[in-house]
Order: sequence, then structure tokens, then C-alpha cells
Amino acid sequence: MSFLLPCPNCGPRDVDEFAYAGETTERPQGTPSPRELASYIHFRRNAAGVQREWWYHRFGCELWFLAERDTRTNEVLKTELPSTDAAGSPTPHEPATPDTPAV
Amino acid sequence: MTVDGVPNVRVCVEPVREGATVRAQNVLGSLDRDLLNVVDRIGGPFTPVGFYYRTMLRPRRLWPQYERVLRNLAGLGCLDKSGRRSGRYDVEHRRADVLVIGGGEAGVAAARAAAENSVGSVVLVDERAAPHIDGVETLAPARAIGFYEGGLVPVDAGNVLYRFRAGKVVVATGTVEQPLLFPGNDLVGVLLPQAVRRLVDDWALKPGDRGVIVSADGAGLDVVEQLRRAGVEIVEVVDLRESLPSTLAANGRRGRLESVTIEGRELACDLLVMSGGRQPAYSLLAQAGARVEYDARRGIFVPVDLPANVEAAGSVTETEPAAAPPPPSFDGGDAKGRCFVCICEDVTEKDVKRALAEGFDSLELAKRYTTVTMGPCQGRLCHLPSIRLYARETGSDEGAIGTTTARPPWAPVSLGLLAGRGLEPAKRTAIHHRHVELGATMMWTGAWRRPHSYGDAAGEARHVHEALGLIDVSTLGKLLVEGPDAAAFLELLYPNRFADMKVGRVRYGVLGSDAGRIMDDGTIGRIADDRFYVTTTSTGADTVIEWFDWWNAVWGMDVEVVNLTGALAAVNVAGPRSRELLGRLTDVDVSNEGIAYLDTKEAHVAGVPCLILRIGFVGELGYELHFASPYGEYLWDTLLERGKDLGIRPFGLEPQRILRLEKMHIIVGQDTDSESNVLEAGMPWIAKLDKDDFVGKWALEHVQARGFREQLVGFEMANGVVPAEGGQIVLDGRSAGRVTSARMSPHLGKAIGMAWVRPQLAVEDARIEIKVDGRLEAARVRLKPFFDPKGERLRA
Ligand SMILES: [Zn+2]
Repeated sequence: MSFLLPCPNCGPRDVDEFAYAGETTERPQGTPSPRELASYIHFRRNAAGVQREWWYHRFGCELWFLAERDTRTNEVLKTELPSTDAAGSPTPHEPATPDTPAV
Repeated sequence: MTVDGVPNVRVCVEPVREGATVRAQNVLGSLDRDLLNVVDRIGGPFTPVGFYYRTMLRPRRLWPQYERVLRNLAGLGCLDKSGRRSGRYDVEHRRADVLVIGGGEAGVAAARAAAENSVGSVVLVDERAAPHIDGVETLAPARAIGFYEGGLVPVDAGNVLYRFRAGKVVVATGTVEQPLLFPGNDLVGVLLPQAVRRLVDDWALKPGDRGVIVSADGAGLDVVEQLRRAGVEIVEVVDLRESLPSTLAANGRRGRLESVTIEGRELACDLLVMSGGRQPAYSLLAQAGARVEYDARRGIFVPVDLPANVEAAGSVTETEPAAAPPPPSFDGGDAKGRCFVCICEDVTEKDVKRALAEGFDSLELAKRYTTVTMGPCQGRLCHLPSIRLYARETGSDEGAIGTTTARPPWAPVSLGLLAGRGLEPAKRTAIHHRHVELGATMMWTGAWRRPHSYGDAAGEARHVHEALGLIDVSTLGKLLVEGPDAAAFLELLYPNRFADMKVGRVRYGVLGSDAGRIMDDGTIGRIADDRFYVTTTSTGADTVIEWFDWWNAVWGMDVEVVNLTGALAAVNVAGPRSRELLGRLTDVDVSNEGIAYLDTKEAHVAGVPCLILRIGFVGELGYELHFASPYGEYLWDTLLERGKDLGIRPFGLEPQRILRLEKMHIIVGQDTDSESNVLEAGMPWIAKLDKDDFVGKWALEHVQARGFREQLVGFEMANGVVPAEGGQIVLDGRSAGRVTSARMSPHLGKAIGMAWVRPQLAVEDARIEIKVDGRLEAARVRLKPFFDPKGERLRA
């Protein structure tokens, strides 16, 4: 990997500066069944195409952000901060749901 | 050749340095008495292609011997195994508007044009000396070693690797003259035209006395001019475009050319210049994404469909038909010489035919089997000839066979350059130099340097029980979690409960993942309603702060996490006399009522603003003091000075590990692994499963429901033998668990430890056996701390 990734804070930087934290997942609501729990913890869509994923600017500004990246070409379509519309709410809102269909 | 111990150096492009040691490679002794020749002679059938994959696999124990001889035979050179890092290598990230690779005519013209049009910064890279051009930065000698994803072009400039990102890359790598395949084509005296040009034009050397020229293109024939100038007698010139000899072979003695046989005529000569035409050096373009297509008319592969921002200049995309494709190989008649396809890897025509006969009929597989193109030249001289040979032998054509994938590095590159500068970052605490002055043995814990002990680990441990000890715990991760949602945030992150915690109290917490696995542990002190002070393990600080920030990004709660790990130093004053010492240095009430066990208080100690945490990792009355790290040495010195009459003694990490084991306090990563959870690790009181939600809740509920598979317990050895960490617990001759920690406790006079065992063994006093040096040693399971099981010393 040697592509450039645009950090929402710092702009395009060498991908080596970032930590990859995988595709976004949906944390279950309420009490999940063992199957739902296993699927949340262990199973990933592993898309061959555009996926929404977490990145951390570890050797930079230490920001967590979301990227949409084509896993086949490493083309980064966009990066953004996670939405903060629920800021201040004591009930957790869910991490960004994968909303881009796998190609 | 080997230059200053570096093998595979192309001495024709390596500048001479004073004092350099240059040795011949791939021969034993000199060429005149090359001992390897014997193997070559007796070894025609002994060293066929791929033979080491088959012949020498067994017996396996002899492989190292085989390998040593083989590497020598294969001409790969050898590394000095006792060699050390000899140079300093650096990596530099560079940007350029235009990067021109290749300093030939086309490259220079492209660079000059770019500079004249003021497109911005222009950089020219060439492996030999490149001319000065106004407005162009020249890197030479330097080599672009590949074209990577994201337009990254690393340039090897000797001791510096430039990682270039350029707006536009111009590839002007030119062409590479291809050798002809005929018996004896490896003899000394058989040259490519380019070598003649360099010898004569650049170095004014006469390459031989009597020369024969065989070429498939005009450029090859042009060297007649150079040879005449150098005074070489031209014996014969064969233009393959006009006449194709039915046989061609070079004959030699002791590795040197003596004659050339063309269609039965033997011509005495000591120089044979041969060329099979010129192949564009397209590798960088192919790595950049260009397609490589076979041009049957010219018999070469050409790059087409260049990607955006990449241009080709000069002969790398030459369109003018200049050559007639030569035959894949010439019949040598009854010549004895071997016909080499790949000089670097010593692969002959016969080897390629053998590989085909064995069924390696795909080019990619055959490449891996024969290792053609895998030598230092990276296929420059053997890729095209081997494809031609394959096409003929399989009755196919070059276009259908295609090329193998062009992969970086395009040029050989030293591992030192790729590794960069030798960096071993060490973190030192603010008190580091005091430990060194006190004669501590320093050890690594993650990136931290910490005192293992000050020379007497057992004595230091005993002293904490008996009197007073002082340990530097500045390496602990230290986070401030602040904001209206701070308590709610921690409630969600930890299995513990924090909402009910009063200001001024401390709680031990274990951090887990949603899979229920233990990630880290530490203490959480409530300093104010909306402010918590969180400590983590020494090696877990970075992971924990990333974890906190991540969940904060997910939840978007009104809380800030600040990393104070480096800003604060910390020491632990522990032992029965610690209260007396603390009382001397602070105005606050240090009585058991003033600062109770698991209390935290902000106070001045010896004039230094501190956060005092009364906790007991080492099992005795003790106070952790956290304070601004610039005061580190001052407070350390003051505590030692004012505690002198109390017998204060510093203690290191090893005595701390003994002390915590006596209390069965776990060390995350030592007693737990990536599968451990708090329930099976014997800390069920941590997990408040009645909370609505926390990270790991569902997984822990699942563990509760399915029952325990193993449990973390203590054990005490019957006869004082200390088992190895990782040692097996044995029950009825079968494995029933593993030891995670074991020490001799000097205070208790017993060998003690912790282990994961099957649940039926997690019973006080259960008999187990532990394998120690192949023997079984008896032990008893202990569920309560070995020392002060009721915690009376901690609460004293
Ligand atoms: Zn950033």
C-alpha cells in the first residue's frame, strides 16, 4: 500500500501515517442472539468494491474518521468525520452503518 | 563482482573508489583455474534446472550444506554473516512537478523542455552521470526502482531513498540490447554492443584484437566504427537482417573466447559482439499500469495505453522498425559450449526445454521453476529471449504467451536502503538517570526502559513488606476523561460501575472488547463529578487512548480524553512505613480516615502538587503519587532523603512482579491472552451484568450462560521448584492448563504462580502436577492471594 489518504484535518498524507480499523460495523441494539453477536464480532462483508471504513491518523493529528474506499483499486472516494448529530446524548448512537453496496 | 563485501555489483556502472576491495564473484580462485568449472564439466546432468527442488530435499538436515554450495554455484554471491550495519540509510519524502527517469537524449530533452516551460520543479534521475541542465535538479547516480500504487516512485540514490510523488512522470529508460542464444554465449569476450560503446567511447579501452560482429539491428552493426577506432581487426560482420546462418557457436578455452564457428567456418577471434535487437525497457511503465503488447513485426514487446500523468519519451516506445527478430536460438552444430538463456541465474536452453518437458508450460510457472529473469538483471537480458524460446518450443507465438508481470524493484536494491535508518526508540521516565546512578539493571518493557532491579530483587521485595520501598511507575498510561458525559462514557467502556462512585474514590477497572476479551487494566479515580483520572498498563497506554477516542467518535458523547502519560511522572511509596514518610511531606491528613484505602486526593507533597492514589498493587500500605514530570528527580530525591531513617529503598520491576504475584494481581498480557475474559480470569465482581449496556456485556453474558472452559487460579509448589512460564499443567497424563507466572516468593519462602486450568481444577487445594524440565512436580491450587488474603495490610 502506498496510496495517499486525505485526512479531514491534515489533507492528503501517506497511508503509512494512518492506522486502518476495518469496515464499519453495526453494533446490535438491545440483546443480540448468539448468532447476531457472532456476526457482529467476527463477520465482515469484506467487499470487493467500495466500502465504508474507519481510519485513525496515528502518526498525525490522532483523528478518527471515515473513508469510502474501493478495496480493488485503493481509490479513496471521500473521507469525513463521523456524524456528531447525537453529541451530548447519553444514549449511544450507532457507528456509521455500511450504506454503500458492495460491487 | 563483489565490491567491499557487497555482492552482485555491476562494476561497469560502479564508480571506482579509492581503497575499494573488488573481488571476482561466481568463480573459485581466478577464471583461469575456476574450480566451479569442474562441476560444470562433470555436472551437465548433475545440475539441471530445478534440481535442488527435487534432488536435495532429503535428508533435510543436509540442506544447509547443500544450500551453501548451491548459492555459490548459482553465482548469487554471499553475504558476510558477521557483517553489521555499515552505512547510514535515510528515507526522504519528495514532491516534484515533473520527474524524468533516464538521462539519455530523450530524458534530457524532456527535462529541458519542462524547465523551459516553467512547469515547476523538475527532477531528472539517471543511473550514470547526467549533464547539468538549468532549472533541473539532477539525481545521479540514482535509480528509480519501481512505480508503486498512488504514483509513488522510490529512487535509490545510494544512501538515501527518495520517495517521489510527482505531478507527471516521464519515463525515458530507453532500450536494452538483447543477447543472442548460441552455444558458448557466456564466454569472456562475448559482448553486447553497448559494452563496446562504453569501453571505447567512455573509457578508451580496446576490447580485443580480432572481432566478429553478429547483429539483428543496425545499431549493433554500428559498433564497427568504434572497434576500428580502437584498432580492433574486424574479422567478419554478420547482418542477421540479410542472412541467417544455420549454425553459430562460440568456442573457448578456460572460459575465454578463442573462435567463432559460423556455418562450419571457424574464425579465430577474441571478441564477439552480438545483438538480438533492442527491447524497450518498459518495466516502469508496465508497473505504472501500461499494457504491454507484442509487436510481431519487430519481434519485441512495447508498452501501450499509458496511464494518466505518465509519459514515455524516446526509444522506450520506439516505433521505427529497426530490427528483424532473430531466431530464439542458434544451432551450434557440434559445439561444446553451453547456450545460456539467463546469465544471472545460470539457466541454459537445455534447462528451459527440460522444464517444458516436465510440464511447466506456463510462462509464470516456468519462470519460478527455472528462475529465468529472477536474477539481479531482473529480466533485462533474458526476459525476451526466454519468451522467444518458449514460443518456439511450445509451438505458440510470443504474443499469445505474453510477458510475466513486471514487479518492483526494477533494479537491485540493498536491504539496508529499504530498512532505512536503524531506529530503536526508547522512552525514558523523568527519573531515568537516578536509576542509572543507583546501579539499576535496565530492561525493556515495550518501548520503555525500566529498572529490573537495583541488584537484589528478592531483597528489594522483602524490604517492601518489612519497611519501605519506592518505585518509579511513570510508565503507567495516564488519561484525563473530562466532560458532562465522563461517567456515562466510562460506564459504557468498562464492565465496572462508575456512576455510583463518589468523588475522591478509586476503582480497579478492566477494559474489554465487545468480544468480552481483556484489553487492559488500571485504576479509575474520580477527581470531580465530571472528571476522572484513568491509569492504564505501561505498554497499553497508546492502545487505550485510541480505543477511548474511537468509541467517543462512534458515540459522539460530550467528553474529552487527554493523554497525560508523558506530562506526568508517578512513583509508588509502599510498605508499612509509607504513611509515616508521606505524613512528613504533606499537610493533609494521611491517617486511615484522612486517606483511606482506594481514596484519591489532590495535595502538595514536598511542595509538589500531586494526585495521591492509595492503592495496593504490591500488597502493602502504599500511595501512588502522580505529578508533573519536571519534578521527577526532585521528588524522588526528596522521598529517598526524608525516608532515610525509615530505611527507604528503591525497588525495580522484578521485585514488583514478585509482590503482585503474592497478591494474585494479574498482569494483562502476562496472565491473560487474547482469549481471556474477566469472568474466567477470576474477577466476576468487575462485570456489572445488570447494567443496560457496556462494551463486552453480551459476550460476557454468553460466557456466563455457556459455562467456564478454563479459569485463572493460583498455585503453590509442593517442593519449591519454580516452573517455567508457559509450563504445562498435567492431569492424568494429559494437558489440563498452562502456567502464566511463577516466582519464588522470598517473603513466603514458597514457589508460587498463576495458571489457567480446567474449571474442575479451580477448587481450593486441588492437586495438580506441573511439568518442569520433563518431570512432573506436585502443586496445589490456591484461589485466594498467597499474601494477606483478607487485605488487612492494604487497609491498615
Ligand atoms: Zn490528520
